[in-house]
Amino acid sequence: MNDFYFEEANILLNLEAENDKDVLVQMGRNLQELGLVHESFIDAIVAREEEFSTGLPTSTISVAIPHTDIEHVKQKSISIGVLKNEVGFGVMGDPEETTRVKVVFMLAMDEAHSQLYLLQRLMSIFQHNTMLTTIAQEQDKAKIVRLVKSELDIINEGGEVTWQKNKY
Amino acid sequence: MAKKQVLVACGAGIATSTIVNNAIEEMAKEHQLDLDVKQIKIAEVNSYAETADLLVTTATIQKEYDFPVITARSFLTGIGVEDTKKQILDALLK
Repeated sequence: MNDFYFEEANILLNLEAENDKDVLVQMGRNLQELGLVHESFIDAIVAREEEFSTGLPTSTISVAIPHTDIEHVKQKSISIGVLKNEVGFGVMGDPEETTRVKVVFMLAMDEAHSQLYLLQRLMSIFQHNTMLTTIAQEQDKAKIVRLVKSELDIINEGGEVTWQKNKY
Repeated sequence: MAKKQVLVACGAGIATSTIVNNAIEEMAKEHQLDLDVKQIKIAEVNSYAETADLLVTTATIQKEYDFPVITARSFLTGIGVEDTKKQILDALLK
C-alpha cells in the first residue's frame, strides 16, 4: 500500500496553462485518472495553494511543490509538470511575491511526518542545478523517470519498489 | 539552560515542515542543544503561543507573537541556508 508510484504517466510535458490554478487542475486530474488520488484532491490542492503558495525560486529556474492533506491521496506519488510557458506562482512564505515557474512537482503524500527521506531527495533535485534544467528541457519521459528515480534513490526490482537507503 | 520549544510549521504539517524539522534536529545535535521540537500545521501555532521560544516556518505569519519567527524557505532551495541556520542559532542561544 505504501509503494511509491512514479512512471511516465505521472509526467506532463509542454503543459499549456493559463495560470497556477489551471496547472494544478490539469496535473491533479491526471493523478486522479491514474487512480492515485481521490477526486477531492483537485479542489483541495487548489485551495491549499491559494492559502499557502508553494513557488520556490532556485538558483536556476523556479519550481513549485503543490501538495495537500493526506486524506485526498490513495497512493503515494509525485507528478512532474513541465510548463510550455512559465506561469506565476506565489512564493512560499511570501505570497505577495510571485515567481515564474517552469517545473511543477506535485506531491501526493499519504502519511504525515514520515516521508523525510523522499522529501530530502526531492529537495536535492532543486539544489542540483543541472538536474532541474535537464528535466525542464528533456522531451523523453522515460529519461526523466530514470533520472528522477535515481535521484530519489528508488530502485525497481521486479515491480517491487524499495528504497536504497544505505547509499548515503 | 532550560529546554527551548521550537515550533516548525507549514501549511499542511506534512511536507516542508518535515524537511525543516530534520534540519533543526541536526543543528541541535551539532550544537548540543536540548530542544523540544514540535512539527505542526501553521493553524496550530496559537495553541503553543504560551510555551514556544521560536517559530520556524515556510508559511506566512500574519499575526505577531512574543517569540521570534524565522522563515525557512532556504532549507528547501538551498539558497541562503547558512544565514537561516545562523538566525536560528542566534535566536536559540539568546
